[in-house]
Amino acid sequence: MAALQRFLNRILSFFSKEHHDAELEAEVANHLDLAIEDNLRRGMSPQEARRQALLRFGGPQQAKEHQRETRGLPWLDILLQDLRFTLRTLRRDRAFTIVAVLILALGIGANIVVFSVVNTILLRPLPFPEPQKLVRLTTKAPTCGESCRTYSADATEEFRERNKSFEDVTGYFAFTGPDNFKLMGQGTPVPVTGLLVMQNFFQTLGVQPAMGRLFLPEEALQHSRPTVLLTHAFWKRQFAANPNIVGQAVDFDNTQVTVVGVLPATFDFGSVFSPGAKVDVFTPYIMKDFEHDGNDLALIGRLRPGITLGQAQAEADMLFPKLDVDLTHPEYHGDYTASLFTLKDYVSGKLRRSLIVLWCAVGLILLIVCVNLSNLLLARAAARGKEFAMRSALGAGRGRLVRQLLTESLVLSGAGALLGLGIAFAAITWLAHQGSIALPLLSSIQIDAAALAWTLLIAITAAIVFGIAPGLRMSGGNLQEALKDSGLGASSGRKHDRLRSILVISEVALACVLLVGAGLLLRSFLRVLDVDLGFQPSRAAAITVDYDGNADGAKRNAIWQEIVTRVEAIPGVETAGISDNLPLSRNRSWGISVKGQAYPKDFLQGTFVYIVSPGYLKSIGMRLVAGRDISWSDGPKDQKVVIINQTVANKLWPGLDPVGRMASAGGADARVVGVVADVHESSAETAAGWQMYLPVSQQGPEGANLVVRSQLPPETLAPAVMSTLRQINPNQPATEFKPIQGLVDHAVSPRRFFVLLVGIFAALGLILASLGIYGVISYSVTQRTQEIGIRMALGSSQLRVQLGVIWKTFRLALLGMAFGVVAALATAQLIATLLFGTQPTDPTTFVAMLLLLSAVALIAGYIPARRASKVNPMIALRNN
Amino acid sequence: MPDRLDLLQGTLDLMVLQTLAAMGSLHGYGIARRIEQVSGEEVLLNQGTIYASLVRLQQRGWIAAEWGTSDNNRKAKFYSLTRAGRKQLTKDAAYWQRLTGVMGRVLAMSPSAGEK
Repeated sequence: MAALQRFLNRILSFFSKEHHDAELEAEVANHLDLAIEDNLRRGMSPQEARRQALLRFGGPQQAKEHQRETRGLPWLDILLQDLRFTLRTLRRDRAFTIVAVLILALGIGANIVVFSVVNTILLRPLPFPEPQKLVRLTTKAPTCGESCRTYSADATEEFRERNKSFEDVTGYFAFTGPDNFKLMGQGTPVPVTGLLVMQNFFQTLGVQPAMGRLFLPEEALQHSRPTVLLTHAFWKRQFAANPNIVGQAVDFDNTQVTVVGVLPATFDFGSVFSPGAKVDVFTPYIMKDFEHDGNDLALIGRLRPGITLGQAQAEADMLFPKLDVDLTHPEYHGDYTASLFTLKDYVSGKLRRSLIVLWCAVGLILLIVCVNLSNLLLARAAARGKEFAMRSALGAGRGRLVRQLLTESLVLSGAGALLGLGIAFAAITWLAHQGSIALPLLSSIQIDAAALAWTLLIAITAAIVFGIAPGLRMSGGNLQEALKDSGLGASSGRKHDRLRSILVISEVALACVLLVGAGLLLRSFLRVLDVDLGFQPSRAAAITVDYDGNADGAKRNAIWQEIVTRVEAIPGVETAGISDNLPLSRNRSWGISVKGQAYPKDFLQGTFVYIVSPGYLKSIGMRLVAGRDISWSDGPKDQKVVIINQTVANKLWPGLDPVGRMASAGGADARVVGVVADVHESSAETAAGWQMYLPVSQQGPEGANLVVRSQLPPETLAPAVMSTLRQINPNQPATEFKPIQGLVDHAVSPRRFFVLLVGIFAALGLILASLGIYGVISYSVTQRTQEIGIRMALGSSQLRVQLGVIWKTFRLALLGMAFGVVAALATAQLIATLLFGTQPTDPTTFVAMLLLLSAVALIAGYIPARRASKVNPMIALRNN
Repeated sequence: MPDRLDLLQGTLDLMVLQTLAAMGSLHGYGIARRIEQVSGEEVLLNQGTIYASLVRLQQRGWIAAEWGTSDNNRKAKFYSLTRAGRKQLTKDAAYWQRLTGVMGRVLAMSPSAGEK
């Protein structure tokens, strides 16, 4: 109690210093007066009375100081003193301050950005209650696309009933394409992306609606009243955040659907389950509707309390092989397996290594920044040696001097951190709005409390790391020597020089590691871009087309033919074609085999299916290597036909010409009419799977994407294409005409993102290292002006002087690179799994990066070298 | 005045409290003089140190200060014990008595006493 009272009083008196000092002054004076009076009364002479009074008092100045220290907060006083002094010195040394703060801001800013990315994707739990209990169930070692990662409605229902590990199991329809609904009744139909989810989807995730309610069990029954849940963004965009929307009916595809609720703004399906995808509305997945449809549900479960992932996995291993695809056809074997991941692992596990590499890279940057700052401070230390010697001579202890220097470091790094936060804020705001980067959770990135704490931590750590060496050096110097030292050309500079050279060498080595790492990643990225995708994304664009979904094969064929023919008639259009699925986007798999042949287990693979119109293969830029394209005359009643890719041809008919042979494709006999080159259907980095192309007249497509190949840019072509589509079908919604290149960009966006960041860091490292080299060489030239002058007076040529300085630079850079290459070789092994088509020891990258580093080092050294050679011997000798 | 006692940490505060308890309201010089007199000039007291002690006690709320006029008509700051100060004094004095008692007994130990 008394202690608290005292502390509060100390704070109070800290703020009323003048008043307290005046009182103390008066009190002490009064004390002395009383003592003198007493002494006079005792018969002393006035002089003696005063002397005795002062003697007994014991030094008024110390007494006052002692009282002030007891009264106030002396450490705060000292801190404020140091701060004031620091700000004054920094203001005087403006160029140094600006450079130092800028360097720190870049280093710290980059660290905040990367930390925020890592925190968002890796560290922060998913935005659901008890997210650690959420589990994603997916096939072990899937061999085809989504079809091999999903389960049938019946299998899901069976597993839900039989398992004991999960509180509940839910799923969503994994084959939704963008713009699959159209919202009517507001003029032009609006394209809407709607996802089918099991009735218990949001309950299992633990998402509460912002308004209204979630789906009821009876709403997932056949012929029930159609209902819909709106996402927050869609509700705001399309319904102007109408607060009375719940209970209203809206028109989707000419069906009245009741809005039962609005989801919270914090729920972003795409960012968790399918990075880069946007979903507008959710509708119930009606199990009965899909009971004969094969695998289409992506499963998520919530573990019961106390059940571990291992226990759930063990149970799943027992149950899944026994599940039926279709209960009405027990003879179809599901051959299901399930591999369980926590949802978090599933979402971000693949990115862990990349993110950690990124984190390390940015840590290296901070290290380089610290080394650089240390270097700058050492250069200053040389100039300030006398100041500190003077303060030391006047009685400042070593601790006090180190404290003063650390205050300076902290002020610098604090300013750097503030500016860095600004930079990071801008970068993160930009990142949050990059829907095109296929990284999960990126839309929720922000500078949160954790990021701020991290900023504080690295700012303080950095200040200590870069401040301690110069601080100790400066405060530990020999007093006498420093006071005598005339500054230029004296021997104490030598020690400084060595330490600074070591710092520069380590900077070059660190930059070397970064550059090589970035070089390897960049080369991998270029390799990925160079991959022959099997189609030509440039000059092609696609648009989602609406048509009568209930039409039979013949009618559908006629509609598609009309669309293709009329769009091809638009001036500037080379070819047009329709496919239900595009490469590098949604996919599904069926089976294909040679007709009548039996195969060993696991020989056949799920085969990616594309239902296409004639002309599609040409429009997307695929290469027909044998046979023909399908034609409009392959009618519903004619012989069924199929086009296969080379992988299928090589597997099913090795060494034979498959054209003309009979296959069983998707359960029906079909004649192979053509073979196309493999297309990278899932990603640019993985090999192509089995693929087949079936005509629209003979199979039921899931949606339609019109692909147009043209010299004209898509935006120029868009109005003509749209008006043609509207003429054919007035209900054609205002879907976007998107370049096919966008699909490729999206697929490679994570790699592009990492390469871009690591590349920026490497460039930053290079600049900082060259700054360091420049600083040291330039300083040594300044110091040796006299010596150079003498050499030149004695007949040394300009060239020789230049070469001397450049050689010194080169020696530093070479040493740094020698260490750097060793470290880079080790680092390259660590990132080997992130590389694509590039060896970790790729000589081209190493040589290129070393050449780049040498060139930059030489430039950094050449500038001071030139200055050195311009030294006028007369002036240099007269100086000092 | 050779061989004077150096003050132990914290003892000055207790002396000040006791002085004020005995003398009522007093100014800094008065307190210092009083302690010196009572100690029989045995305490080595730099009178100036009294002011740090006074401000410490004041901040703890154990003494209060007020400007007033001294006997010989001088303006001076007078200190007096508060109620909390009086309580603290009882506590500290009792503690001090116990401590000195123990110290006395320990120091009175004879060399042979421990060897039975």
